Amino acid sequence: MSVELPADADAVQTPEEIEAVLGDLVIGRDDHENAPGFIIKPDTVVDALDRLREQAGFDHLSCVTAQEYADRYESIYHLTSYGDRTKEVSIIVPTDKENPVSQSANEVFRTADWHEREAYDLVGIEYDEHPDLRRILLPETWQGHPLGQSYDQDRPQVVPLREHANPLKEDQQADEDDETMFLNIGPHHPATHGVLHIETVLDGEQVVDLEPDIGYLHRCEEQVCQNSTYRYQIMPYPDRWDYISAGLLNEWAYARTAEQLADIEVPEYAQVIRTMGAELCRMAAHFLALGTFALDIYGDFTALFMYSIRDREKVQNILEELTGQRLMFNYFRLGGVVWDLPEPREEFFEMTRDFLDELPTALEEYHDMMTSNEILQMRTVDTGVLPADVAKSYGATGPVARASGIDYDVRRDDPYGYYENLDWDVITEDGCDNFSRLLVRMREVEESAKIVEQCIDLLEDWPEDERNIQSNVPRTIKPDDDAEIYKAVEGAKGELGIYMRADGTEKPARFKIRSPCFSNLQTLPEMSNGEYVPDAIASLGSLDIVLGEVDR
Amino acid sequence: MSSDNQPFVTDSSKVGTETREARLAGQDNRFNSRLREAFGSSPFILTKFDKFMNWVRGSSMFMLQFGIACCSIEMMHTYAVKHDLDRFGAGVPRASPRQADVIIIPGTIVSKFAPRMKRVYDQMPEPKFVIGMGSCTISGGPFQEGYNVVKGAEEVIPVDIHVPGCPPRPEALVYGVAKLQERVANGESSPVTVKPYELEEFGDLERDEIVEQLADDIDVDDLVMRYNWGDSP
Repeated sequence: MSVELPADADAVQTPEEIEAVLGDLVIGRDDHENAPGFIIKPDTVVDALDRLREQAGFDHLSCVTAQEYADRYESIYHLTSYGDRTKEVSIIVPTDKENPVSQSANEVFRTADWHEREAYDLVGIEYDEHPDLRRILLPETWQGHPLGQSYDQDRPQVVPLREHANPLKEDQQADEDDETMFLNIGPHHPATHGVLHIETVLDGEQVVDLEPDIGYLHRCEEQVCQNSTYRYQIMPYPDRWDYISAGLLNEWAYARTAEQLADIEVPEYAQVIRTMGAELCRMAAHFLALGTFALDIYGDFTALFMYSIRDREKVQNILEELTGQRLMFNYFRLGGVVWDLPEPREEFFEMTRDFLDELPTALEEYHDMMTSNEILQMRTVDTGVLPADVAKSYGATGPVARASGIDYDVRRDDPYGYYENLDWDVITEDGCDNFSRLLVRMREVEESAKIVEQCIDLLEDWPEDERNIQSNVPRTIKPDDDAEIYKAVEGAKGELGIYMRADGTEKPARFKIRSPCFSNLQTLPEMSNGEYVPDAIASLGSLDIVLGEVDR
Repeated sequence: MSSDNQPFVTDSSKVGTETREARLAGQDNRFNSRLREAFGSSPFILTKFDKFMNWVRGSSMFMLQFGIACCSIEMMHTYAVKHDLDRFGAGVPRASPRQADVIIIPGTIVSKFAPRMKRVYDQMPEPKFVIGMGSCTISGGPFQEGYNVVKGAEEVIPVDIHVPGCPPRPEALVYGVAKLQERVANGESSPVTVKPYELEEFGDLERDEIVEQLADDIDVDDLVMRYNWGDSP
């Protein structure tokens, strides 16, 4: 070996060192805009990922992208590190067209389970040694793989209920002497936060086995984005991924990726506005998480739910002043934002400051009624425990990871926007339980308020002739052929990443969304198996999933 | 006459009418009220039972707590503080379809969810009404081109009122609900006939044994939707 490997795995940084770790597994290079890319053979996936994790510190499988080329299929494993987000590598696994079989990475990273099922479902790559290779987003009766090249994307394949698998049917029931009971929770159920279906097997009141069944809101977001142009048409869709008012955070994920892909600068003034808007969105999203969590835990529809909606209304009013919309903002543009702060600016600042001034009182109310409430404490402390190593293996991010003591936040670890110039902290808790996840969200609201306040101070003093909201961006954007990029931002629920491959036209050839909720939801069985049913519901509430983002 | 006894009347000179004056002579004034004013000289109401029931239905609607996608967030805001749908007699969401008589469909319907939504709708007791909220329930909205997206709620269940928008503001939803109430109260939106949809397929055929048997063969639970790609626009 020509490259001397550092003794410490975390010190492996340069592409040469990574290549040395992989050794003879590498059969080619295909670098991405964000990271070096190494091509390996389909039967060495486990080996390669294991080496990277053990010897190079890549302990976070952020995303698995699958796509079909004219001559081959390709799975891409986007790896990074919880300790150092800027350290990235892509492992590219081409498989041949006739027989697309690749080794599953499930053995090394548990999160690969769902990601590979999705790849199988939508693109059609089969994964060897996968524990449970079934369709995940589309119904099990679906014919064909819709993101494959030969698929006719004309109409949905709606089939009657009797065609679907029915777990309650006799032939699928357990033996008579078995003492378990099968229970469907959802897809229409008040506690599932949307259209989630959870198949649970109960022994008395305890959960023996639990499996989330998703795909009831699979709206083909990736296909829609692939059919839209970079410049204007894609931007409205991110609002609708995580629709709990987290629109600007999602838009930023697309904006960041596309801006780096097409080499677009963003003026500093626009970055400050973006940062402020995004943090307002995060607060609104966390408020709803608090309200629905209280609703799940002790059915509090009257007080806390209304309190959280009250505070959300205030944030939405501010955002409406800023963007013109209550929920689907469509405010970012590549290279900036669509318009400046509303005139008169003083009124806007005053409105926002009023909200921030009232926030400590409001948070005190939340703490009075939630965190210091004995019922809630009994229900949440030490239930739904998610140890840090399990969370890492499942690729959990955002408040879920931070409540398990993982100090990981893309805003700080891979800075973008104006975050690195502001004074704020990443919140972590060591409890690993439902209560910690609640605390993390509540304290993050305070941090977001700190950020918004600093942004307002900056914007107030910004010289009038330097208020540049958009850089000069061409009307049509055509990134270079075969340029590939994977970039992430910190959404309300965690790391929201986007993979894009350009093919020289004004539309992306592949658009893949890495949804934080998708990975976070995967941890639910780990948290719930062996616990009581109500605790499973509490754990689900504490994950704060949005089905629009899980299913995309 | 002291106005202290009449909480509904602030200034009796302003509401005084001939009818009222006539009624007042020698009457106990506790019978006098705005309601009485509205009904005329008789303390009794004469109405058709149907009309009365329609008025009752429109004035007390039990919504189904049913969330699908983005619109359900705005729907929650409509139920909650500030917009408070309860002011209009339609604000208590019921968790079970057995207790609800209005279903708001807030969001995109995809192939996997469509049969389930039909099942939930079937579980609601008659008479039942449907409000389609947002563009997705009209045509599939921004996701119309999606390979998995059902192009509108009407492909699956009948819809009484469409509220356009992506998503509609809470005010728009309140307006939609008020419009539905108005229609129901006027008897315009008649209750859905209890009849398997597929029976329509037999049209004017004479109800002989074969047709009867075919009709019996239909499993109502199994009907997914009156859905026919050929007729779809």
